[in-house]
Amino acid sequence: MDLTLHVWRQAGAATAGRFVRYELGDVSPDMSFLEVLDLLNQQLIGRREEPVAFDHDCREGICGACGMVINGRPHGPRAATTACQLHMRHFPEGAEIWVEPWRARAFPVVKDLVVDRSAFDRIIQAGGFITARAGSAPEANAIPVPKGDADRAMDAAACIGCGACVAACPNASAMLFVAAKVSHLGLLPQGQPERAQRVLRMVEVMEAEGFGACSNHGECMAACPKEISIDFIARLNRDYLTSVFRHQPSEEGPDPAEG
Amino acid sequence: MRRLLSLSRSVVGKKVIMAVSGLILFLFVVGHLLGNLKVFEGAEKFNAYAEGLRTVGAPFFGRGQLLWIARIALLVSLVAHVWAALGVTLASRQARPVGYRYLETSETTYAARTMRWGGVLIFLYVVYHLLDFTFGRLNPSFEPGNVYHNVLASFARWPVSAVYIAAMLVLGLHVYHGAWSALQTLGWHRPPTDRWRRGFAAAVAGVIAGGYITIPVAVLAGVLR
Ligand code: HEM
Ligand code: FES
Repeated sequence: MDLTLHVWRQAGAATAGRFVRYELGDVSPDMSFLEVLDLLNQQLIGRREEPVAFDHDCREGICGACGMVINGRPHGPRAATTACQLHMRHFPEGAEIWVEPWRARAFPVVKDLVVDRSAFDRIIQAGGFITARAGSAPEANAIPVPKGDADRAMDAAACIGCGACVAACPNASAMLFVAAKVSHLGLLPQGQPERAQRVLRMVEVMEAEGFGACSNHGECMAACPKEISIDFIARLNRDYLTSVFRHQPSEEGPDPAEG
Repeated sequence: MRRLLSLSRSVVGKKVIMAVSGLILFLFVVGHLLGNLKVFEGAEKFNAYAEGLRTVGAPFFGRGQLLWIARIALLVSLVAHVWAALGVTLASRQARPVGYRYLETSETTYAARTMRWGGVLIFLYVVYHLLDFTFGRLNPSFEPGNVYHNVLASFARWPVSAVYIAAMLVLGLHVYHGAWSALQTLGWHRPPTDRWRRGFAAAVAGVIAGGYITIPVAVLAGVLR
């Protein structure tokens, strides 16, 4: 198939970017969207032009490295699909496709379609550790977990941290990501000892990183390749609220409730 | 107090403040609607109701004291609501300095996208409304104490009624997203709430907008005279 691509090209964080138009022939409908970019890059390298920079790793939809806004939707038009798993058969012959990076203050563009998502890492770090004994696998039935809680914890843990929720949110809010990360531990018995402190710290860092505020639009849920529900955002809100009022600052370390 | 302060500094906390103050304003809107519908019971009953707002609580409260307590509570709620809205809006504005060429939406509603301007419109409407019925400045023939007469005098003019009807539609949209959003912000998501939240928000918004609109329509149609 033949395609027209308009790709956001930006040399670095400090330079202005713009869309560049590329005509591409001989695209197989079985290619993934990232393979189309590979094809384009081969041609660019052949012409001694700078290839398009984009993030990718597993290419099987589980690592969260890939991510770009394709025709106005994070990860493109298919529900529950990462860009690396998006196949060209879902586009019409002769399609015109616009590709932009995630756009958020907290995700500055590094180059072209690559953004710096280390703000997410800092949020995770702020969450800290859990005091459950790690190392050798525990006996499976030592800690009983109700089936419903286990299922919901797994739903939250499906988050691959790609950032599509932030990209899709009209407010560039990271609430769905933080909600998923707070909930998958908060729903399990092993996550209880640090539960209040974890939610307070993660929210504090989330806000310091400059993400926007949730207006309950629900766009994040529609964009999420793992279809994580905004019910987790309600859960985060509740967890945050009870933690602000109930959490007793511990003896050591600064109390996040004091901000 | 220290904890309330830490709530007010966070945007997640500001949303909680917005939800709680919004629910207080919402309760007022419901109560005010129920009171206003007494207009259909005739001048005597409606005026007696307005007078009752001032004498309620006697003999423990003096004339108008409870009314003033309610007014102050509403004013505090309004200030908190607007202040939180400003903080949240600013945080979100700053969160995306470079916009998309195009970003498609699929889940969000017209109501959700118009919350900010809708809030501003409702505020302007309330100012006009107070000048009309409470202070009488903009009322065509204001008679203190004769609330029934004042309402009819205003609504008999169709542009005034049109403004009221338009404002009630804006209010309905605001309440629709506001009610569901407040439940989400306060963490009311567990079954069975998750199933009735949307429908509940739509129903109360419809009843509120529709209920208020009956009054100017009844005046224009000559049912109330
Ligand atoms: C058809 C719709 C409405 C009618 C006929 C109506 C009528 C009135 C009347 C007659 C008063 C004066 C009451 C008195 O002095 O005893 C009043 C006061 C007031 N109304 Fe409305 N109203 C309507 C809708 C609304 C809505 C939708 C809101 C809020 C969003 C609102 C907010 C207020 C406020 C804040 C006051 C002042 C209360 C006070 O005296 O402190 N009204 N209204
Ligand atoms: S490259 Fe790993 S999820 Fe797409």
